Amino acid sequence: MDVVVPALGESVAEATVGQWLKQPGDPVKADEPIVSLETDKVAVEVPAPADGVLVEQLAQPGETVAVGAVIARIEPGAAGRAPTLLDATPAPPPTAGAPPAAPPPAATAAPPAVAAPGGAPQPTPTPTAAAPPASTTLAWATPASAVDRSAEPPKSATQPAAHLHPAAARIVEQYGLDPDSIPGDRPITKAQVLAAIEAGVARRKEPPPAPIAAAPLLRPRMEERVRMSRLRQTIARRLKEAQNTAAMLTTFNDVDMSAVIRVREAHQESFMAKHGVRLGFMSFFVKAATLALRDVPQVNAAIEGDEIVFRTYADIGIAVSSPAGLVVPILKDADTLSFAECERRIADFGRRAREGRLTLEELQGGTFTISNGGVFGSLLSTPILNPPQSAVLGMHRIEERPVVRAGQVVVRPMMYLALTYDHRLIDGREAVTFLVRIKEAIEDPLRLLVDL
Amino acid sequence: MAAFDLIVIGGGPGGYVAAIRAAQLGLKVACAEKSSTLGGTCLNVGCIPSKALLHASALFAEAREGSLEKFGIRFREVTLDLAAMMAEKAKAVAELTRGIEFLFRKNGVVWLKGTAAFVDPHAIKVAGERHEARHLLIATGSEPAFPPGLAPDGEVVVTSTEALAFDRVPRRLLVVGGGYIGLELGSVWRRLGAEVVVVEVMPTILPAMDPDVVSECTRLFRRQGLKLHTSTKVAAIERVGEGARVALEPEGGGPAEVVDADRVLLAVGRRPYTQGLALERAGLAVDERGRLPVDGQFRTAVPHIRAIGDVTAGPMLAHRAMDEGHAAAEWIAGRTGHVDRAVIPAVVYTHPEIAAVGLSEPDARAAGHDVRVGRFPFAANSRAKANRDTDGFVKIVADAATDRVLGVHIVGAVAGTLIAEAAQAMALGASSEDIALTCHAHPTHAEALKEAAIAVRGPALHA
Repeated sequence: MDVVVPALGESVAEATVGQWLKQPGDPVKADEPIVSLETDKVAVEVPAPADGVLVEQLAQPGETVAVGAVIARIEPGAAGRAPTLLDATPAPPPTAGAPPAAPPPAATAAPPAVAAPGGAPQPTPTPTAAAPPASTTLAWATPASAVDRSAEPPKSATQPAAHLHPAAARIVEQYGLDPDSIPGDRPITKAQVLAAIEAGVARRKEPPPAPIAAAPLLRPRMEERVRMSRLRQTIARRLKEAQNTAAMLTTFNDVDMSAVIRVREAHQESFMAKHGVRLGFMSFFVKAATLALRDVPQVNAAIEGDEIVFRTYADIGIAVSSPAGLVVPILKDADTLSFAECERRIADFGRRAREGRLTLEELQGGTFTISNGGVFGSLLSTPILNPPQSAVLGMHRIEERPVVRAGQVVVRPMMYLALTYDHRLIDGREAVTFLVRIKEAIEDPLRLLVDL
Repeated sequence: MAAFDLIVIGGGPGGYVAAIRAAQLGLKVACAEKSSTLGGTCLNVGCIPSKALLHASALFAEAREGSLEKFGIRFREVTLDLAAMMAEKAKAVAELTRGIEFLFRKNGVVWLKGTAAFVDPHAIKVAGERHEARHLLIATGSEPAFPPGLAPDGEVVVTSTEALAFDRVPRRLLVVGGGYIGLELGSVWRRLGAEVVVVEVMPTILPAMDPDVVSECTRLFRRQGLKLHTSTKVAAIERVGEGARVALEPEGGGPAEVVDADRVLLAVGRRPYTQGLALERAGLAVDERGRLPVDGQFRTAVPHIRAIGDVTAGPMLAHRAMDEGHAAAEWIAGRTGHVDRAVIPAVVYTHPEIAAVGLSEPDARAAGHDVRVGRFPFAANSRAKANRDTDGFVKIVADAATDRVLGVHIVGAVAGTLIAEAAQAMALGASSEDIALTCHAHPTHAEALKEAAIAVRGPALHA
């Protein structure tokens, strides 16, 4: 019987194991505390769900356990029955009824069906009854005293049964199948069992407890475990660090992309011809961000200890997806780059990220990040900080939406913008101002030209 | 967190197989073994050295007793260099134990050198150091057992360990116990020139074997010069000078007999070995026969601790422990282990060899089977004839109604090898007719198995 971590109150999902009050082998009574748990709110003692013996502790003191997790196992039965009494008596002859209360380990291990070829059911296989006949006393150890032999299990308890081939017996045991549900000749071969599973006719030996699961057809359930890549582990650690450290908050705005789209349509060809790279949206946002960062320097700053580090430069990370995961190469001195240079470098980052050829240096540093979830179709999201940076801009998909202009409903290509920022350093007013500055520059790119 | 996924306690055939298999399945495994070599009783002081001596002593006996002369092989003088024979045995043992060390290294199994004792259910101490594991496997095997009132002194009254390494051939060796150890080691020293007296308290030697096997072997062993005293008890052993005086009492009463011997081998059996393990600290206890109770997945009362082999109930055989070690490793790795406990062959490596699998004829009848029996003597087998070694027979016990093979019993030069076919057939639920209709190569000893199968339902071809 499993002992699980009980519900510990609202919004408490896990607890720390305090102390074990019972050790494996200790008898326990129902409702008797067996282990103490601590949460940041309360300390509780977990009671035994039933009389029995504590068989196994599944968590160490100090270990974190989730609500609902199994932390101990109890062998139900009369309290005080030591687990070591796991039936030490010699097996009774099979004619005398089932041996007294076989303990769960024996009971859960389905007796190999091989042992009962259609005859009388075997007694519950207590450990001592497991010995095969005949060969027992052939051991390199033939006991010479008659007393020894008298304690051998009765020879008739097992038969050289073989209505299942060995490999078939193993599979039947693995899935807990009822051999009678396997069609075909006897003895049952491995091929027959596999065919029965494949055809969906193999039934489990015991009817499932829940009536809902009335269709006891077998479907192999498999899991695959793959080691986390180093990159994935680093991403996981850093994201969690950001959440644990910063006071993250996200502010939103929307931006009308009409002007930028017009500029691109008008100049794409000549831009391509001159610079050999497409004029994308990203360079507009990079340029807009560098202007906004200059106006709201906190967004480009970082907390170090109890100091704030302000920068006179803007190194902007551009989040790029790669086969191995998300990487964020840095556009160094983005505030000094031309549109063409921006686009060229971003295109180069994307290509080398796919090939896994970005250098470590290109991935380090950065004072601000732009993440474009729009390329995957995101409508709106809250990006997460890339520490020790203090803010990250989220771009999204461009979508034609009805908006009101001069009292008229018109259709415009709109994009939502999100700015996640560290509220420890950046106030709401500054964050909103920063995002509005970007919105203004994108809606009127001439501002970029005249440095507004 | 636990340092190992699995710690196996004991590096014998059960333990080392479990350790290697678990490592192959991706677990981080350690194996605690106190002896300076791996392999346990089997490799160091059991199966392997005894087979080395049985083989070598048979060669010596054939040469010396003139049984090769009929083949035209004559020796002017045959002498025994016992030290050289022992050295060759030691070489075989060393090569095999080093082989296991190699396999440990190859599979990344860590050998914890020293005696293991539980600290708590998840930790053991070896050589003063604490090691933790999510799973533990007790594979500590067995040690020689002694009849009440009799104990070895390591010189004159000895166990099998010393009897595998006598530095001279005893003039008279008295063997207490007519089981496998007594008969194998008795054979070794008989062939090397000792007078061997075997004392067995039961009415026959090898009492669990099929009665036909027992009577055939009794006859053959007597012919080889082994003196067999059955239904006889050893009442007392007294050290006298360089030897011992042994008082024998008939079980049914009657006058005691006194036998002088210069060595006494106590070979009445073995008992589970758990000494020093501190099982109580793991929450475990042994049963009244010293065994650890386990369930069908080898789990003890503390489910993450498993036990296999001689330390649990069942035949004390290396191959049973190996199969259980393999299966236990599978369970520990989250797979399904399987051991067919009804089909475990047993072999006595005397000459001829004695091998059995499944039920003896009386046991089959006692289990409620109506049986049919097929027999075939090696005297009618062409290969045995050509080898001029025709002792023994094959006996097949089959269910009369279903014809399924219930047991196979073989006495013969290569019985230990032939029994594998019988075990395979039984594992697959074969009928005797299945064996009879399987083509066997000619001329081989295996044809005797086929003929015995034919004889279950009618006359054999060559008998």
